[in-house]
Amino acid sequence: MSDQISTEDKKRIQEEEEAMAHDIAVSLRAFDKERTSLIPILQMIQEKYHYLSLAAIKLVADHLDAAPCEIYGVATFYNQFRFNPPGKHQIKVCLGTACHVKGGGIILENFERKLGIRYGETTPDREFSIDRVACVGCCALAPVAIVDEKVQGHMAPSKVEGLLLGYQIEKDKEERARQKNGSSKE
Amino acid sequence: MVQAKNSTLEQSFNSIREKAESQLRSFQESHIPKISIGKATCGLAAGAMETHSAFEEALGEQRVEAIIKSVGCIGHCYAEPVVIIDHPDSGFPPIFYPQVTPGKAKMLVKSYLVDGDPLFEHMLGAMEENDTIPFVMDYPRFNQEERIVMEKCGLIDPGDIHEYIAYGGYSSFVKALQLTRQEIIEEVLSSGLRGRGGAGFLTGEKWRLAGNMDSPDKTVICNADEGDPGAYMDRTILESNPHQLLEGLAICAYAIGAKRAIVYIRAEYPLAVETVIKAIKEAEELGILGKNILGTSVDLDVSVFHGSGAFVCGEETALIHSIEGKRGMPRYRPPYPVQEGLMGSPTVINNVKTLSSVPSILKKGAAWYRGIGTEKSPGTAIFSVVGNVLHPGLVEIPMGVTLRKLIFDICGGIPAKKRFKAVQIGGPSGGCLPEDFLDTPIDFDSLTQAGAMMGSGGMVVMDEDTCTVNIARYFLDFTQKESCGKCTFCRIGTWHLLTILDRITKGEGSDGDLERLETLSQDVKGGSLCGLGKTAPNPVLTSLRYFREEYEAHIKEKRCPAGMCRELIAYYIDLEKCSRGCDACVGSCPVEAVFTTKERKKGIDQTLCVKCGECMSACPEEYNAVVKVSPPEKAPIVPRPEATNDKNNGR
Repeated sequence: MSDQISTEDKKRIQEEEEAMAHDIAVSLRAFDKERTSLIPILQMIQEKYHYLSLAAIKLVADHLDAAPCEIYGVATFYNQFRFNPPGKHQIKVCLGTACHVKGGGIILENFERKLGIRYGETTPDREFSIDRVACVGCCALAPVAIVDEKVQGHMAPSKVEGLLLGYQIEKDKEERARQKNGSSKE
Repeated sequence: MVQAKNSTLEQSFNSIREKAESQLRSFQESHIPKISIGKATCGLAAGAMETHSAFEEALGEQRVEAIIKSVGCIGHCYAEPVVIIDHPDSGFPPIFYPQVTPGKAKMLVKSYLVDGDPLFEHMLGAMEENDTIPFVMDYPRFNQEERIVMEKCGLIDPGDIHEYIAYGGYSSFVKALQLTRQEIIEEVLSSGLRGRGGAGFLTGEKWRLAGNMDSPDKTVICNADEGDPGAYMDRTILESNPHQLLEGLAICAYAIGAKRAIVYIRAEYPLAVETVIKAIKEAEELGILGKNILGTSVDLDVSVFHGSGAFVCGEETALIHSIEGKRGMPRYRPPYPVQEGLMGSPTVINNVKTLSSVPSILKKGAAWYRGIGTEKSPGTAIFSVVGNVLHPGLVEIPMGVTLRKLIFDICGGIPAKKRFKAVQIGGPSGGCLPEDFLDTPIDFDSLTQAGAMMGSGGMVVMDEDTCTVNIARYFLDFTQKESCGKCTFCRIGTWHLLTILDRITKGEGSDGDLERLETLSQDVKGGSLCGLGKTAPNPVLTSLRYFREEYEAHIKEKRCPAGMCRELIAYYIDLEKCSRGCDACVGSCPVEAVFTTKERKKGIDQTLCVKCGECMSACPEEYNAVVKVSPPEKAPIVPRPEATNDKNNGR
C-alpha cells in the first residue's frame, strides 16, 4: 500500500496530522489523567478524525504517562479503531451470519477487486475505503452493503459495479466543471 | 419512620404517574390520526427515514392533520419498514402495514386518511380484535409468541419516559424501594430467572452473593456488548424500550446496595447509545435516577460506556478490563466479579434481557414467572431467527417450545419449497443441529445436551443449499479473529482448526483431517480460560457429529453437496437450453468470463469465472440454461473462439 502513495500525498498527510495533533492536545485537557479515560479518549479522537494517527497515540501516551506501545497495544486490540485515514466514500460490507449465507463474501470480493484494495485499506487517491462489519440488523435485505451510511440491500456483483460507476461519473462531472471554471477564468 | 418515607415516595411517584397517564389518555382519545413508524436501526436500514419524509410531504400536500410518532422495533424484520396507522374517525382499528415504501406512504395518506379506504391489499392486519380486518394476534407469527421483555417494543416511543410510566413503568422500582433488599433478592431467586447472556447462571444467586459483600463501593453493569454476528435483540431492546432496562438496572442496584451503574454498549450501536443516554437524562430529570431518588436517601448514578468492538468483551472479566482502559482480556476466576470486579469492588454484570425481565417479575410475582417456560428454565427466550426462513426477525417465546414450532409455525418455514437441513443455535459458541433435533424443547439444559447452547440467541436456519462445513468455517473464522490471544490453545488452536477447515472447503482436505479436527477441538475446549475458547469448537464438533458425510464428500470426492463452497463448484451453460441471441448473462458477469460461441450461444471461461452465480440468476427462467455442478471437473469445457477473427468476441 505505502509504495503507492506519492511523496506529494505523504507531505499532505503529514501536514494534516500536524494540524490534528495540535487540536488533539487541546481536547485532551478535558480528560482525567487516569487509565480509565483511555478508551473514551481514543473514541473521541476516532470520532473527530476517523482514525488514530501515530502522533495522536504519542500524545495520548504523554497525557496518561504511559508508553506509546502500551497505548497502541490497547488500541489495536479493539476493532473500532483504525490507523489509516478512511476514504471519502466509506464502503462497509456486512458479513453477519445472514449475509454470509446469502453471499456477502462475494460482494466484499467484488468491491475489493474493483477498487484494487483489501478490506481495512483505502485507495491511494483516498476516494474509497472498504471495511467489513458484523450484522447491521436488516437480515431480510441480505446481502447488504453500507455506502456512505446508506444501506444498499439485496446486493449483487453487478450492483457493485453500478454503485462505483455512479461515483466515478459524479467525480468526472465535478472534474469537468472545475476545468471549465478554471479555463473561463483565464 | 419507614411509613413516612414510603408515603412521600408514593406521593412523589403518583404525581408523576398521574401526569403521564393523563398525557397518554389525551393522546389516545384525540381524533387526530396517529402514524407510528418503526425507527430502530433495522427499520432505518430498510428505509424508515424516507418513509417518514414521504408521510410528512404527503400530509402537507393533502393538507391533513396527523401525528407522526417514532417508535422502536416490533421484531418483524421481514416487514420493515413497519407502520401502524390509528385513524379513530375511520371506524377501523389501528392497522399494521408492512414494507411501507415512500410510494406506499403517499398512497396511504391519500386513500386512507383522506378518502377513508384503508387499502386492504397492503395491510398485514389489525392491532385490535374487530369484525372487518383480520386481527394480527390470530396469525402464528404473533399468537405463538409470549412477550415479556419485548411486550412494548415497537409500540411505544423510546424517547418518551412518560409513555413508559403511563403503561405502568417504574412502578416495580417504586415497589422495590419499599421492600427490604433481602425481599427483592428472595423474589428474583424464587422466580428462577437465569442469566440471558448465555451461560444461564441464576440471577438471584448472583445478586445475593454481591449483596452479602461488605463494601461501600459496588457496581452494577449491564452487558450490552452484543457481539454475535447474527444476533441483535439486545440492540432492539435498547432502542425500543430503554426505560424497562434502566428500571431493572435500578432495582438490581438497590437490591445489592450499589450506587453506581454502567450500561456497556458497543460503539457500533450508535442509535442504542444515543437512546439510552437520552433515557437516563429523562429519568434523572424526573428524579427517578440520580441523587435522592424520589425523595428517598437512595442514590444511583447511571452512565454509559461505549464498548469498542471486541467479541471477547462479552466475557465479564474482559469487559471489566476494557472499562479499566486495558486490553479486554479475560482473567482467571475466582475471584468472581461479584467478589472483586471493577477496580476491585464487588460488581454484578447482567445481560440486557435479564435486567429487562426484572420489572415484570417484581410486578407480577415470582410465581407468575415460574408459570412460564419450563421448570428449570422459567420465563421466555428471545431469538433472532435469520437465514432461510420465510419470516426472519426477533421472536420471544416461552422456554420449552420446540425448534419445529419456532422455525415452521412461527417463522413460516423454509421458503421456495426447499428442504430444511440444519439450524445453528447460539452463534459462534453454539452448535449445528439436524432435522432429528427439531422436536427438542428450547431451554438451557436441553440445548446444551444436544451440543448446542442458548448463547446469544442467534439462530441461523439452513436449507439444503447451505453447506454445514462452510458455516462451521465461517463461525470459526469469526472466533479465530476475535480470540484475545491469552490462552495458547485458543490463539493457535483455533488458527489450526481454521486452516484445516479452509483446506477442506477448498478441496485440499486429506485423510486424518477429521480426526485432527476432533482432537484439536477437544484440546481447545480444555485449554482455554473463558467461554470464547471453550465454546469456539462447538460449531465444528456438532457439524462433524451430525453431518460427517458432508465433510467426507469434501475430502474424498472433492465435492460440496450443497454447492456452496466456491472452490468446489463450477457453472456452465447448457448449450441445448441456451437461446441464440440472448445476452442476459453477459452483462451480469463481473469479470467478463461469459463469451459467445460460434453458434451464437454462450459459454463460460472457467479460468476467469469467480463463481458468484450472477449468470445463473440473470438467465431468464424460460431457458434456465446455467447449471451449477460439483466437483468442478463435471463442467464440460466449451472452447472460447479465437479472438483474432472476431472483433466482437465476448460481446
